[in-house]
Amino acid sequence: MSDRTPIPVVRLQGIGMVFSVGDQPTTVALEGIDLEIGRGEFISLIGPSGCGKSTLLRIIGDLIAPSSGTATVNGKPAAQARRDREYGIVFQAPVLFDWRSVEENVRLPLEVMGYSSTRQAERSRAMLDLVELSDFGGHHPWQLSGGMQQRVAIARALAFEPSILLMDEPFGALDEMTRERMNQEVQRIWAQTGTTIVFVTHSIPEAVFLSSRVVVMSARPGRITRVIDVDLPRPRTDETRESERYFELVTDVREALRGGEHDPDRPAGFASARRTAGEGAVG
Amino acid sequence: MSAAAGAVDSRRHGPTRRISRRLAQFVPTIAVFFGVIIAWELLVTALDLKAFLFPRPTAIVRALIDNWGGGNYGLVLSWRATVVEAIGGLVIGTTAGVLVALATSRWASARDALMPIAIAAGAVPIVAFAPLMNNWFGTLSPLSKMMMAAALVFFPVMINVTRGLVQVEPASIELMRSYAATEWTVLRKVRVPNALPFFFTALKLATTLSLIGAIVGEYFGGLSLVLGRIIVQSSSALRFDITWAAVLMAAVTGIVLYLVVVAVERVVIPWHASLRGQGI
Repeated sequence: MSDRTPIPVVRLQGIGMVFSVGDQPTTVALEGIDLEIGRGEFISLIGPSGCGKSTLLRIIGDLIAPSSGTATVNGKPAAQARRDREYGIVFQAPVLFDWRSVEENVRLPLEVMGYSSTRQAERSRAMLDLVELSDFGGHHPWQLSGGMQQRVAIARALAFEPSILLMDEPFGALDEMTRERMNQEVQRIWAQTGTTIVFVTHSIPEAVFLSSRVVVMSARPGRITRVIDVDLPRPRTDETRESERYFELVTDVREALRGGEHDPDRPAGFASARRTAGEGAVG
Repeated sequence: MSAAAGAVDSRRHGPTRRISRRLAQFVPTIAVFFGVIIAWELLVTALDLKAFLFPRPTAIVRALIDNWGGGNYGLVLSWRATVVEAIGGLVIGTTAGVLVALATSRWASARDALMPIAIAAGAVPIVAFAPLMNNWFGTLSPLSKMMMAAALVFFPVMINVTRGLVQVEPASIELMRSYAATEWTVLRKVRVPNALPFFFTALKLATTLSLIGAIVGEYFGGLSLVLGRIIVQSSSALRFDITWAAVLMAAVTGIVLYLVVVAVERVVIPWHASLRGQGI
């Protein structure tokens, strides 16, 4: 709650998504999603594989249209918000272009949006400073590690100062150590820029560490089962990961995820046995 | 691959070391080449093979020198005419292939209709059309040979470039969509650069094909001072040393054209995986 302000940046009302392929039976990917995201919030969408969390992110960003319901961003339909360039997007893969240097990759959206070349240079330099890659502007993407590539993708997404940053499992392909470092990095960038972030993940620790609220989803049909406020003080550090409250919240999210799973094959007592196994990823 | 291994090595050493290493790589190839030539020369002499079956390499070189600027066969003039036809065909075929690829990549329905036909047409032995080309564009006109070359060049260029324009990572299209980029911007900033490696692959094929097209076109008639006619006339006169000299010139031309494309490729797409570390 601590990071919320009354003006909603994203408002989702009755979002539903049905996929049908040819004459195959239809899949209900999302059903009855209602959610409001305030300015400057850090929202994580978490749920088992196939719960439609990435689909929901794509609907917010108008990369796909929902089957039912409305998505409003800054008071206008998502499609209009996209045309007004309100979204920065970071995918699981960095999606950098090999034919462009790191600096030119960061410039890409600015070129598309017709920024003057001095402004392009200014913004790309500022963004590379922000992700601490100032010395790598002239490098090419393949010369960078996976974590550095993803930082370039973040710099590119923020270059044109979008009002909302959509991140789709951005650190899913990184090793655990790099991921934790990137989490720190994202928290710092979020605090520094004040951008609203919607973050899809299947890592419980990541969701708890980063978010102001964790939105827990169930699989098929994808529904919001619980929204958990994360009241950990900021800035969050390595010590946060060892605090009592952090473990409580991780357990909360894990139990919320179990509640939504409805697995009839799971033997009784299995859930409580796993509860002590510590942090882990679902999905 | 050996290219990648070479790239890693070249980063560790200075530029001089790099060049000498690069050259050292070719030593075995050069040794084999001259080995074969010498073996050829010795075997022809030792086995007393008839000159019309296998002229000795020295005889071929002699024929080349004797007919370079004059003699009964003007090799340089013929070579120049054939190269003009081949390059003309290369330019026409490549331009047409790229334009059609741009059109088919823009309109999915056109692509769905055209690609199977293009792939089927690519499997047709197009050289069979050479007499028809002569008929359509004039036996004595170099244009008929250019069109033969262009027809051979067109299909690989068109098919490869279309693939390069279309086979773009879906996420990069989504990225551009999130910037509200127009189709035209996506084409310029994503599809065209993505297609460049495909284009160069096709162009390397196309250089060889354009020479084949021009020479085969010449076989079926036309002006006499062209490599194709020299090959036909000298072989019917049993002057196989001349035939070999003409074939040699065509071969060297093909290799040089190929190397020119490779050089341009290195300048234009040094970022491509197959070239990394060699240019940047």
